[in-house]
Amino acid sequence: MAELTYREAVAWGIAQEMRRDPNLVMLGEDIAAAGGVFKTTVGLLDEFGPERVRDTPISEQAIVGAAMGAAMTGIPVIAEIMFSDFLAVCWDMIANEIAKSRYMTDGQVSFPLVIRTANGGGVRFGAQHSQSVENWAMMIPGLKVVAPSTPIDVIGLMAASIRDPDPVVFFEHKSLMATKAEIPDGEIIDQLGQARIVRDGSDVTIAALALMVPRALEAAAALEADGISAEVIDLRSLVPLDTNTLLESVQKTGRFFTVEENPRLCGWGAELASIVSEESFWALDGPVIRITTPHIPLPAAAALEDMALPSVDRIYETIVKSFDAR
Amino acid sequence: MPTDGRYDYALREPRLPRPVDTTLAGAAIDLDTRLGMYQRLHELRQFEKRAYDLFLQNLVKGTSHLSLGMEAIATGFGAAMRPDDYTFATYRGHAHALARGMDMGQAMAELLGRENGVLGGKGGSMHLTDVSKGMMGSYAIIGAHLCVANGAAWSAQMRKSGQVAVAFFGDGTTNIGAFHEALNLAAIWKLPVVFVCENNLYMEYTPIDVVTAVGNPAAGRASAYGLEPVLVDGNDPDAVFLAARTALARARAGDGPSLIEAVTYRSGGHSRADPGKYRPEREVSAWAGRDPIPMYHQRLLGLGTPEARLSAIERQVADAVDTATEFAKAGREPGEGSLHTEVYADGGSKWRN
Repeated sequence: MAELTYREAVAWGIAQEMRRDPNLVMLGEDIAAAGGVFKTTVGLLDEFGPERVRDTPISEQAIVGAAMGAAMTGIPVIAEIMFSDFLAVCWDMIANEIAKSRYMTDGQVSFPLVIRTANGGGVRFGAQHSQSVENWAMMIPGLKVVAPSTPIDVIGLMAASIRDPDPVVFFEHKSLMATKAEIPDGEIIDQLGQARIVRDGSDVTIAALALMVPRALEAAAALEADGISAEVIDLRSLVPLDTNTLLESVQKTGRFFTVEENPRLCGWGAELASIVSEESFWALDGPVIRITTPHIPLPAAAALEDMALPSVDRIYETIVKSFDAR
Repeated sequence: MPTDGRYDYALREPRLPRPVDTTLAGAAIDLDTRLGMYQRLHELRQFEKRAYDLFLQNLVKGTSHLSLGMEAIATGFGAAMRPDDYTFATYRGHAHALARGMDMGQAMAELLGRENGVLGGKGGSMHLTDVSKGMMGSYAIIGAHLCVANGAAWSAQMRKSGQVAVAFFGDGTTNIGAFHEALNLAAIWKLPVVFVCENNLYMEYTPIDVVTAVGNPAAGRASAYGLEPVLVDGNDPDAVFLAARTALARARAGDGPSLIEAVTYRSGGHSRADPGKYRPEREVSAWAGRDPIPMYHQRLLGLGTPEARLSAIERQVADAVDTATEFAKAGREPGEGSLHTEVYADGGSKWRN
């Protein structure tokens, strides 16, 4: 047993896989000597050396392109993009090249690679360093999309992502970096495409991701006091998406809420709402409701950012109000 | 609109080709290699002429970018590369695919969108790929594949395989950010990669010098990355072969990347939709006079190859193109089954349970 923070779990998970696979390499800005700007790669240079843990220039296209070329010629790669906002700088590489080349070549090439990136708000970094952009990746066929909410999931899903033969965009949440958990001894390996019911309930289903999971749990505890039993589902991966767990839960509760950090339009919850409406319509006892950041860029000031992101209070009040509206 | 060369590029001073370097006839290239290159030039030329005919018959849909007139570059490199070296090409990639040995019938079938195409009809003209031949793909958004070629070169470096990655691109690519990111990373990591700029003087419909800060779009940038500027006659297969041999040997020796600018000219427009009327007539006709194929024919005759041997090669290629065309036309339209395959590595497109 070791107690690890979420940030330490990132390096822990990568190290577990680099020990297992001597071919696995990683590259990114400030990841080697500096240990990453979020200190998520501390110790990896010392253990695995500069050939396997490589600092790069500020060249996101070169980073992701190198990962692609290495992966398609037999070397599995972890590429770090410092902030998920910067994915936009290399989006051609991700959305047009990596995601599509297997299909376009009718299966001639594979991309065993992981693009890790620090995602999400709550750290007062403003509109260009705080976005939650899981939905950017979710809408591109060919990519897999993972966003863990706990240190153990960071390790287990990191291992699953690295071992997956497809390209995975792996979102590490900036506001969860300091959270801690006891980590069991031995290898930890999880599975993509499995949501987790993190709280059982019978009256409402709340689907959440990353930072929104602990907030949804806190809101669920408050709802309990009002006699509303909330089931909270940590989606963990958006692609593949565990619709079975969602739909089974909605069959039981009859009410479905999403808690999304992304701005409103086309957030991941819109797809979930569509699936639930289409496939569990007759089980629903109320409208599907999405709780999201408004459709605005994220502001920097603490007071403003706190108003923008879905808060425990907003989750709680939205759900209570939906019952009052009957 | 003012009618002068600033706005009507056809009225500009023509940029004329340099004369053939006749001393290249004496270069140390064996005759078999040269005859192989002669055959290759004809394969690329006749294949693309046939592809163009098939457009006119509406058998090839969509767009297509021909490298008619530019065949010497793919030919020279194809002859110099090791079978396990990697090629990364652009949407103008038919010649590079064939120069690495892609089956002509499968290539033609792909252009026709048939099930027996090399990509089962899923990629089309702009994405020809045959990994079994080291043809690692044709990339249709310029710049990206230079970064990807770096990755393949990095992989070869780590595996100590001795392979070299070669990225071919047009002059227009030298003005996109990925070009500069790729050159810098290749230089600092000393990657076994060769960047080959096929400078055909036009980025799509605009003269490259109008939109570029230096006279030579690639060679003029080499010094920024600590590389030697290399300019080569892109219409002479021997010149390209020699430059390729040098750059490939440098990469294999661990001495890092090269940036080669091969100056050439496309006989036609940018794509199927473009008649290329923005070019001065005198320029077009002068470059037509520097077509690599008649020049090489003359050179081989001068080196003592009998005319009968060359015409036998031409006939053999013509037969092969006919066979490829029949193979392609006989292919079926792809069925619905393949629509959903190969999005993910399990062979399918399933994104949910």
